[in-house]
Amino acid sequence: MSSDLNVVGHSVQRSDGIGHVTGRTQYTADRSFPGMLHLKMVRSPLHHALIKGIDLSAAERVPGFVRALTARDVPHNRYTILGLIGVEPEEEFVLAEDRVRFKGEAIIAIVAETETAALEAVSKVQLDLEELPAVFDVEEALEPGAPIVTHWGNNTFMFEGHPCRRVRLGDVEQAFQRADYIVEGVYNTSPIEQAPLETTGCIAVPEANGRYTVYTNTQALYFSLDNAAIILQVPGSRLHFVGGTVGGGFGGKVDVIVEPIATLAAMKTNRPVRFTYSRAEEMQVSSTRSAWRIFIKDGVTRDGRIIARKVTSYADSGAYSRQTPYALTKHAANAAGPYAIPNVSIDAYCVYTNRQPTSAMRGFGVTMASFALEVQMDKIAEKVGVDPWTIRFINAYHNGDMKPHRKLVEDATLIETMQSAATLVGHDLPDDLRAMTSAPRDAGHDGGRD
Amino acid sequence: MARLRGTGIAAVNYPTGMNLGGDPSQALIHATTSGSFVVSLSATDLGQGLRTVIGQIAAETLGVEFGEIVIDTADTDTGPHDMGTFASRATHRVGNAVIAAATEARQALLEVAAEELEAAVADLEGDGHGNLMVMGVPARSVRIADIASMAQFKYGRTIAGRGAYMKPKSPVDPETGAMDPDSTEAHACTVAEVEVDTETGEVTVLSIRSAYEVGRQVNPTLVQGQIAGGAWMGMSHALYETTAPYYPAVDHSPRDFSEYLMPGPLEMPEVESVVIEVPSSDGPYGVKGIGEMTANSPIPAIANAIYHATGVRFDDLPITPEKILRGLDAKRSGPS
Repeated sequence: MSSDLNVVGHSVQRSDGIGHVTGRTQYTADRSFPGMLHLKMVRSPLHHALIKGIDLSAAERVPGFVRALTARDVPHNRYTILGLIGVEPEEEFVLAEDRVRFKGEAIIAIVAETETAALEAVSKVQLDLEELPAVFDVEEALEPGAPIVTHWGNNTFMFEGHPCRRVRLGDVEQAFQRADYIVEGVYNTSPIEQAPLETTGCIAVPEANGRYTVYTNTQALYFSLDNAAIILQVPGSRLHFVGGTVGGGFGGKVDVIVEPIATLAAMKTNRPVRFTYSRAEEMQVSSTRSAWRIFIKDGVTRDGRIIARKVTSYADSGAYSRQTPYALTKHAANAAGPYAIPNVSIDAYCVYTNRQPTSAMRGFGVTMASFALEVQMDKIAEKVGVDPWTIRFINAYHNGDMKPHRKLVEDATLIETMQSAATLVGHDLPDDLRAMTSAPRDAGHDGGRD
Repeated sequence: MARLRGTGIAAVNYPTGMNLGGDPSQALIHATTSGSFVVSLSATDLGQGLRTVIGQIAAETLGVEFGEIVIDTADTDTGPHDMGTFASRATHRVGNAVIAAATEARQALLEVAAEELEAAVADLEGDGHGNLMVMGVPARSVRIADIASMAQFKYGRTIAGRGAYMKPKSPVDPETGAMDPDSTEAHACTVAEVEVDTETGEVTVLSIRSAYEVGRQVNPTLVQGQIAGGAWMGMSHALYETTAPYYPAVDHSPRDFSEYLMPGPLEMPEVESVVIEVPSSDGPYGVKGIGEMTANSPIPAIANAIYHATGVRFDDLPITPEKILRGLDAKRSGPS
């Protein structure tokens, strides 16, 4: 099909490929500016604690120490991210005030002449912390008496009055009664690191005209700029954000977390300031993909049709929600899979624990749903006594079907994609499956609908 | 002790874009004196090749060679707003914005060419390679590069265009979850073949073979890059990676790549794929997007293949050698 166009559909050589393979591509950390200072964070050594006191006197005596920034220095000390588009509450601090909720939470920013001096000064800061009980598991966090992570009294993000993102279609309980088989599964996934080759970082440079140029490897320049303007309480016109080629993102660089504090340091010192994560910070402090626990209960007929699917999912948000509530919404929209199921109930919880916060990662909320659902499909096939291909064809959605979130399916090609895969691997599909298409079901024949 | 082989499949959909607060991208295009076209954006290239595919879409719409397109991006002083590069949205959203901007710029170009050729705009056509001509009269032809120059020095006109694309915000009904959360759906089906060593618990992925339906490929080689990268990442997710090896225990979290395990080149299986194209109704030239999806289907396909090989279900990721050995032990000592 692609050949009907002149350029689109053709493999032109990528415009930056030569630069990448010859090492000429410039990444954020490749830049350097005269007089540039280095910022390093004093981080909480405890998972959950009250901050009783901070003693900077030894740090201030380290040669090369320039200054420290505390919560009091940050004009709007709330780290907002989705606040830009109206998601509440404001819950995370740019620099911790009286309490830390995860090991690695930023408390004090140290600015120094060299990276070594900054690290040395960080190691000299004395923290007086009172340890609090901590919780690390999503289900334990929801039990009565669990340590409370948030400032509003429970450990769930509230979705417009509900403790979970809900999707409801039909009546699952009634359909379970009619089902020939009930198939249940519990699926767990570990948090994982986006693991970009280039760690998160930026350099904030004061300009002669009173503006600040921020060189950053963010995945979203305006997202970062607008959030920085709110935190710094300056008009957006004072900020100029410059990106470039990002050395890998995978969702790990949409948290807007280094730019505001580096820019504040540049404002306070009137010198360029670099703030780049170490690999350890990237892995242990920067957001990961959430750990998920997903419960699935399916009601299936003897001929393999799924007539009811109930999904209860818990995503471990860590100590702050960042972009995880959005992952839950995206998860809920996809938690029934690419199948036509007439009765669906989905409860997707965003749960706070005292872990490193989680946020966006490739496949955001969908990857883990796909894992759980596609293993579940094989269990259903085994229960019904059909092969794994057949169970998917029987239940595949068609154009015009209603998804659980009440959107009509369009652009469906699951059936055609499975047929292509079968051909690719030399799997012989029976004629009836080979003849199927994703075209809307006949008016007189309602296929997989119940 | 044995090496057991198994095959597993998985079929998935993947949504393009987000709409939590509306999902906009914008683009500006202008011609230079020599007839190249500068596309100004603020969308960032994450290494996936955004600059290249956006350049292709601009060249296609303007009717010029790919080499005449300059992508100026990732600068908030020059580039108009873009939501960001995530959610498999960039080719779809930015591509649509660029088509709109290029269409407006091409109209300005045609107006100058019409004046120069003493013809009506409606009577002009392009050859897609940098030339405009009066329909059916190839002799009355001009190079777009010359028109761009004349627009500056002879006519005092701009050759420029503005483009925007936005998926409007869709509020979610808190009771039923009714929502319109995405633009289009791409699809994948993966068949994975594994070998499980019952003595060491190690899983070797022998092959990952997949079909993808992506609407339209803008650059098939870059699509192949996504497929290879996604196969690796999916395999890594299924078998290797975790920042919490004994979740919910908090000990043993890794600090670097010597502690955080990922497969290397030697572990990379044979990756084979076929791409089919069923254009979406709302994507640029029918594009859906392949970015995130390629890492998804390999994960359950590998998990299902391990079950097929061993008869033991592993429902917790990553499926490490330790879990395999414990699972095989439990099966041996379990009720027969």
